[in-house]
Amino acid sequence: MLSLAHFLLLGAALFCLSVAGIFINRKNVIVLLMCIELMLLAVNMNFIAFSHFNGDIAGQVFVFFILTVAAAEAAIGLAILVVLFRNRNSINVEDLDSMSG
Amino acid sequence: MQNLCLMIVLAPLFGAIVTGLFGRTVGRSGAHWLTIIAVGVSFFLSVVVFWRIVIGGEPSYNANLYTWLESGGIPFQIGFLIDELSATMMVVVTFVSWMVHIYTVGYMHDDPGYQRFFSYISLFTFSMLMLVMANNFLQLFFGWEAVGLVSYLLIGFWYTRDTAIYANLKAFLVNRVGDFGFLLGIAAVLMYFSSLDYAEVFDIASDMTGVTISIWSGQDWSLMTVICLLLFVGAMGKSAQVPLHVWLPDSMEGPTPISALIHAATMVTAGIFMVARMSPLFELSTTALSVVLVIGAITAFFMGLLGLVQNDIKRVVAYSTLSQLGYMTVALGASAYSAAIFHLMTHAFFKALLFLAAGSVIIGMHHEQDMRKMGGLRKYMPITWITCLIGSFALIGFPGTAGFFSKDAIIEAVHASTTPGATLGYLACLFGVFITALYSFRLVFLVFHGESRMDEDTASHVHETPAVVWGPLVALAIPSVIIGAIAIEPMLFGDYFGSSIYVDPENDVLARVGEDYHGVLGFIWHGIWQKPFWFATAGVVVAWYCYLRRPDIPRRIAERTSLVHRMLVNKYGFDVFNDWFFAGGARGTGRLLWQIGDVGLIDGIVVNGSAKFVGWWSGVLRHIQSGYLYHYAFAMILGLLALLAVFVHRVAG
Repeated sequence: MLSLAHFLLLGAALFCLSVAGIFINRKNVIVLLMCIELMLLAVNMNFIAFSHFNGDIAGQVFVFFILTVAAAEAAIGLAILVVLFRNRNSINVEDLDSMSG
Repeated sequence: MQNLCLMIVLAPLFGAIVTGLFGRTVGRSGAHWLTIIAVGVSFFLSVVVFWRIVIGGEPSYNANLYTWLESGGIPFQIGFLIDELSATMMVVVTFVSWMVHIYTVGYMHDDPGYQRFFSYISLFTFSMLMLVMANNFLQLFFGWEAVGLVSYLLIGFWYTRDTAIYANLKAFLVNRVGDFGFLLGIAAVLMYFSSLDYAEVFDIASDMTGVTISIWSGQDWSLMTVICLLLFVGAMGKSAQVPLHVWLPDSMEGPTPISALIHAATMVTAGIFMVARMSPLFELSTTALSVVLVIGAITAFFMGLLGLVQNDIKRVVAYSTLSQLGYMTVALGASAYSAAIFHLMTHAFFKALLFLAAGSVIIGMHHEQDMRKMGGLRKYMPITWITCLIGSFALIGFPGTAGFFSKDAIIEAVHASTTPGATLGYLACLFGVFITALYSFRLVFLVFHGESRMDEDTASHVHETPAVVWGPLVALAIPSVIIGAIAIEPMLFGDYFGSSIYVDPENDVLARVGEDYHGVLGFIWHGIWQKPFWFATAGVVVAWYCYLRRPDIPRRIAERTSLVHRMLVNKYGFDVFNDWFFAGGARGTGRLLWQIGDVGLIDGIVVNGSAKFVGWWSGVLRHIQSGYLYHYAFAMILGLLALLAVFVHRVAG
């Protein structure tokens, strides 16, 4: 029988993967976006697990909101990515250091 | 009595203020007339007071006139205590001051600071009177500091001379050392007696003999010893006792009337007066008396020796003053307070006389002070010669003169004393007599006798000084001769001082000396067969032989004993040591604090250091701001984790 801990561990593992993806990734902004999506999914996993084990439906409702926002965010992110590519001819993360002090 | 006292004190103050602030308006003659009359009034009223208290036998007057402030239940008051002691001091102070005022008219004749000078000396008279008439410690301290201030102003009277500025700074600083001790002593009195009034303090002083205080943990000091020693430190500064004597010879940079008035006759005796006034306290501590005696003995003998090698006429007299102050201090240490005051009085007359005579010589020589360039002045300045001779005889204690009675009384008293250190004091005084005679007559012979060593130009100008200068000399010469014979009997062996001086019966050396006293003539007759007279005679003879008969001898002695001679010329190295240790040490400490504390610590570390640190730290932080998005995101996550950890820890813990 799967317990709450299993689900939480899965969520944490997904979260850590996404964090590592953000930090270690040196090449592609698209991978960054994907990692953010993954992070949101990890959060969703927790929500659903808690919702199920607490018997409270609110958590699952919240997951739908998050999915919607994530879809919108992905659309905007990809739009920014296109504009970025048009301006700089590159989506290489290494080149995007104009905020350097 | 109250109005009389106020008048005595305020007349010189009035003169000082008017000539000081409105000097231009009153003019030169206005300045000297005003102050001379004011001090003259003061003198005559002092005589009236003296007459009523000492001769008329009125009870002493002690009253508070004004309460300055009240703090912690202790009133700080201004008041007068007029008893035999203060009445005597008042007459001496006002008389010498009056003479000096008159003399100044001649001495400062061409000086541009004429009114300023009269203002200062009148202010001095006021301060000194406040000091001697005080009935509490606070007013004593006020007078004490005020005379110090005027002394400072007057030593630096010719403020364009570097040496004068150096000398007045030195006098001020050395006196601060003494005054610090004095102030601590007064503070100790206030702390333990809860009163500053003489009468109240003296009343309960004898209950305090057993009280001890611990200055360092584990060491108990007798309260009376501590208080007396601290007060005596003040006296050492003001009365120029070793090792705080260094300012007095240098104070000769001031005009000569000042040397006579302040640095010989009155101000420097304030310490002696103060100890005599505090006799009820000093009598309670044998330790303090012993210290007083030993310091006095050292000063009396060793400072006299220095007079032998000085060539400046005023400095010889200055060292003689130091030596005589030592005699007075010895007398204080031997509990012969009356003898000290007696010597103070006679000394005030003959030393003022000697200084004014030296001043007269200086005027005659057109401000030449080097004795090596004088000689044979007897022919040109007969009155100065006679009066100076009288002063010198009084100084060396020639039988019959004032100095003879007072000095012999001191030597006899010390001989009879049993205070620890009395033998040392006796020997110092005895050999001091020889030294005194030697340097006094060295001065007389070098200046007035022998071959003239003046240059042609000076020799054609030398003349007797005007009457306004020699008048005071004559007026001071008279008491220098007769005051001793008149005053010895009541002052030393009678009940002259009444209750104003307290001597413990066990220490009462003067009573022991008095048992052998059979009238003035008997005292003189006795004195002729005693050692001091023979020592003085020997001194005069040696001076005659060395400086008139064979003038080459002193130089040869100096060459033979070059080490001793150099030590004397260097004044035992006190000045060198002070310059090196205290002045140099203070400068060194200052430089150290400046270099390390100010430049290094404050400017270097606190001010510039913090700016530099901010620069360096931001240089470090700059590397973190890489511009890569994922670095920032990572930092956010780390921060989030940290906050979460704290949150979880607080909730769970």
